Order: sequence, then C-alpha cells, then structure tokens
Amino acid sequence: MRATTPSSLTRLLALPSPLRVRTFSVLSRPPPNYPGHIPLTIPERLSLAAGSAIGSLFNPYRHDLIASLGETTAKPYFLSRLHRAMLNNPTGRRILRDRPRITSKSMKLEELRHMPENSVGRAYAAWLDREGVTPDTRDAVRYIDDPEEAYVMQRYRETHDFTHAITGLPVIIEGELAVKAFEFANTLLPMTALSLVAIVRLKKVERQRFFEVYMPWALRNGLKAEEVINVYWEEELETDVEVLRARLGIEKPPDLRDIRKALREQKRKEREAKEAAG
Amino acid sequence: MAALLPRLPKRIRLTPSSPTHWICRTCQQRRAFTPSSTSPQTQQQPPRPNQDEARTTHFGYETISETLKASRVGAVFSSVASNYDTMNDLMSLGIHRIWKDNFVRGLNPGIQGERKEGQRILDIAGGTGDIAQRMLDHATLVNDDKRTHVTISDINPEMLAEGRKRFGNSPYKLAKRVDFLEANAEDLSAIESASIDLYTVAFGIRNFTHKDIALREAFRVLKPGGVFACLEFTPQLSNPVLNGIYKRWSFGAIPLIGQVVAGDRDSYQYLVESIERFPSQGEFRDMIREAGFLIPGRNGIDEEGGRMGMGKGWEDLSLGIAAIHKGVKPV
Repeated sequence: MRATTPSSLTRLLALPSPLRVRTFSVLSRPPPNYPGHIPLTIPERLSLAAGSAIGSLFNPYRHDLIASLGETTAKPYFLSRLHRAMLNNPTGRRILRDRPRITSKSMKLEELRHMPENSVGRAYAAWLDREGVTPDTRDAVRYIDDPEEAYVMQRYRETHDFTHAITGLPVIIEGELAVKAFEFANTLLPMTALSLVAIVRLKKVERQRFFEVYMPWALRNGLKAEEVINVYWEEELETDVEVLRARLGIEKPPDLRDIRKALREQKRKEREAKEAAG
Repeated sequence: MAALLPRLPKRIRLTPSSPTHWICRTCQQRRAFTPSSTSPQTQQQPPRPNQDEARTTHFGYETISETLKASRVGAVFSSVASNYDTMNDLMSLGIHRIWKDNFVRGLNPGIQGERKEGQRILDIAGGTGDIAQRMLDHATLVNDDKRTHVTISDINPEMLAEGRKRFGNSPYKLAKRVDFLEANAEDLSAIESASIDLYTVAFGIRNFTHKDIALREAFRVLKPGGVFACLEFTPQLSNPVLNGIYKRWSFGAIPLIGQVVAGDRDSYQYLVESIERFPSQGEFRDMIREAGFLIPGRNGIDEEGGRMGMGKGWEDLSLGIAAIHKGVKPV
C-alpha cells in the first residue's frame, strides 16, 4: 500500500503503547494483530461508536451494531480494567491461558439437556429452548487492538447467555435490559450502560416494573457479586445452579415471564368480566 | 488487511470445514442440524483449485485463484443486494444518480420517427435495474419511442430479484419492454450475435474475472454500428490533493457506512479495493480497442488518441471519480 513512514514517526511508533499517538491513516493501516483485526483511527472509532449507538437504538435486532458499540467504547480504560480483574483471579488466569470458546459445537445441546436436574448446563439448555435461541456463534471481535483484550471481549460476549440462564431472565427487551444493567454493575463496560437508553422503548408498565424491581435487583447484585467474567462455565456445567448463585452472590430475580403471563391473565379476566357485565 | 481465518459477515459465512466454500447463513444452520453434516465421512470436500490451473487474480487486495473470483464476488453482491440503492446514495452522497442520468442522456436511447423494429438494449451487471429504468424513461419520454426494449442481465440472482422488484408490474413490464437474464457477462450464449444496438455496463465491469473476454462477448452480440458504453470508477483522480481526500473517504467512511447501514464491512472494503485495482482510463480504452471497437471522441484532444487515429475514448465525471468509456463496433 503506502510508502515508508518518515523516521520521526518511526521513533514515535517505537514508544510504549500509552505514550504512542495513533500515527496511521486509513490508507496505511498497520498489519492486523490477530485474524480479523481492523485497526481503526480515532475519528473512525468515534464515528463507528456514534453510528452503532444510533443504529442499535432504532433496530435492536442489529446485534452486530451492539457488538461494535461495545468494542469501540471499551477502550481506553474499561476493557483493561476487566482484563486486570481476570488476571487478579486464579480462575480468570486459567481462562486467559486456555482461551476456551463457546460455539454451537463446544456446547452440544443434546448433552446439556441430559445433565443433572438443576445443573447449570441443564438450566442453560432449558433457557435456550424456552427462548427459542441457539448457542449461535457470536460476532467476532475486530476493533480491539490487543489480542488478549480482544479475547476478554469475546469471552464476555459469549458468556452473556449464561448470565441469562442462571438469572432466568428472558430475551425480551425487558429481560435484556435487566441483564445489561447487571452486567454494567458487574463488568463496568460502557456499552452495557449505553444500551440502557433502550428503556425509552419500553411500554409504561414495563418501564415502571423495570425501575421498581429489576434495575435495583441488577445494580445491587451486580455490585456485590463476584466478577462473572471469571466463571469457567465449561467446568461449571454440572454444578447446581443454586450453589453457583450462592457462590457468586447473586439472588434470583422474580421470573419475568411468569409476571407478564399473570398480568395478561388478569387483564383477560377483567376484559371478560366487563364484556359479561356490559 | 482482511482475515486469514473464516470471518462472519452478516448473511454469509465460510463453512468451518472448507475456507473457500461460501454458503449463506440459513443453509449453514440447516446443515449444522442435519445428521449427515456431523459425520466426518460425508463431510463435503472443499472445491480445490486444480494444480495446473494455478492462475490467480485479484479480489480487492487479496490474491485468489481465478476460478474462485466469480463466487466470491457473487457472495459480496448477494450480501449487498437488498441495501444496494440505499448504500449507493450514502457512499456517493447521491451523486451516483447524476452520473447515471448523465450516462443515459449522453447515449440518448430511443429512435424518433417511425421504425419497424425498436432499439434493443442490453444492460450488463444491471441487476437492480436503475440504468434500465432510465433508458426506458428517456426513450419513451424524450424520444417518444415506445418500442425500445431492455434486457437486464446479471450473474447474481439476488441483484436480479431486486430488479424484478423495481419493475414489478410497471407499464414497461406489462408492455414486455424489459427482460431479465441471469448470465455471466463472459458467456452471453443466450444472446444471438449481432442482435444488440446498445450494450451498457455501469459499475459492473471491475468485478469481472476476465474483462477482455467480457469485451469480446460485447463485440459479438452488438450489431455492426452498435455502441458499447461503460460507466465505471477510476482508480486515481488526476489532482493529488483531491485524490488524497477521495481515497480517505473511500477507505475510511465507506466500509464504516457499510458496517452501520448494511452490517457488512468486508463487502464494502472489497468494493473500494476493487476500484484501486481497475485499470486507468487510458489502459481501459486500449482494452476496448483491442476487443475490436472503434474509439470515438474528438481527435486531437487526447494526443495519443489523435496520433493513433482515434478519439479520446472516455470522459471523466466528477473530477475523475468515475468515467464513461465508449466504443463503436465497426460497420
């Protein structure tokens, strides 16, 4: 692509990362640090963050925009903090060494369904079946420069469904927001906080319920719980869910689907009573 | 840049077993749950390029085997087809409409006055139908010619589907003035020789594996006196400062817009890289001449053209971002 950089720039590039300024342009990107890596310039990162935020607010099914929002807002501090939290924990260190990936191949639903009653694996499979989703391969991390931090981000993304499984929160927007609030209190990633803007998309009743019940639950538990990123899920598949929750310090929130169903039933009865009377 | 291992664009992905065999996401999920795909014996072998056919070509900045280029380009266009027109508006800030209008107006399709036969136009790589629409509108409204016929040809069925959607049940479709043909521009055997009055290709030829073969097919299907016209991006602008700004927009903003709007950064990265790989205006004019066309244009304006007894052969649009090349089949 482009020709050689002048020597003063080369000397700048030789400085350690915190001191180095981004000295490349879109026409001469440095080589990727891992397969799929795309180094972004600062204006590109800001534009992608803004574009992803607006895009995912209007279309919450664009999981790729939520992913890119997470990656572009996680640096400089937040992803490094999460990485350090993993390094400070022995299990976290093992995860970083082994780098396990959660894919539909590594998590075979058939095996998980036959795991002991009330185990994490069984709960995970049951949750996937109940919500009608698969352990789909998540979007690959592309915009984080350091390969290990990119793995931390990837791990966070892939274990999101496990958080759903052990708390029992559904995939509907209310449940997702509750999980995101919990993840914000637990991992401090900015994307989780930014995605709470989607509260504007909730109906009034849902919003009230969220602020009364689920957000306080999420923030309280996210703060007092252990770092969920440090859970080696592949080894915890046969652990009892209650035991794991107690170990991590997470209370089970009220079942959202049951509450909604009860509310729907109640409304239906009221409507029938009104029709019968009137 | 570009991944060396399988990446996961929005709708298409490489199968885990064979890094060169592309299938769409629905097919992959369907395969993942069928028993045959999980047994190692029945797993499909990737289509390996023949050892003796080691010819390579460019796919953006990547170098790949020639046999694979068409399918990789196919994957790109299948992915971009549904947002194609929206993305064109965003990438060129709407200017592509002006280019296309200029292109069609310059060609002036349609014949005024009574004729036995209508003009036959072939629009190659015209999947979504925006050129064909302009051709028919110009012929009908400006030249009062209601017998012009356009065949829209594209190698990619998704792009052609967008074209069918555009024409729907419009008057042109009902009057049978528009036709759809799924074909590779390098092999137009479905079209008779010397049967086309006007052959157009807009923003398509840079994706062809063998441009020279496509040009020879164009020569074959055109009637003597028929016109070949090509609207395409140029690899460099003549002004270096403007070129710098333009390139930074191409390589910075366009893949980003692709990511945010279409969810597919890689296809748009391919598109801007393929522009870099296209021959310059003079080189492309020479390729057209080699296929047997006469090169129109004002003599003496282009010195080389004047010396060789031919015209300049192209006109630049928007300071050289795009160019229209024309050739005439000798009578």
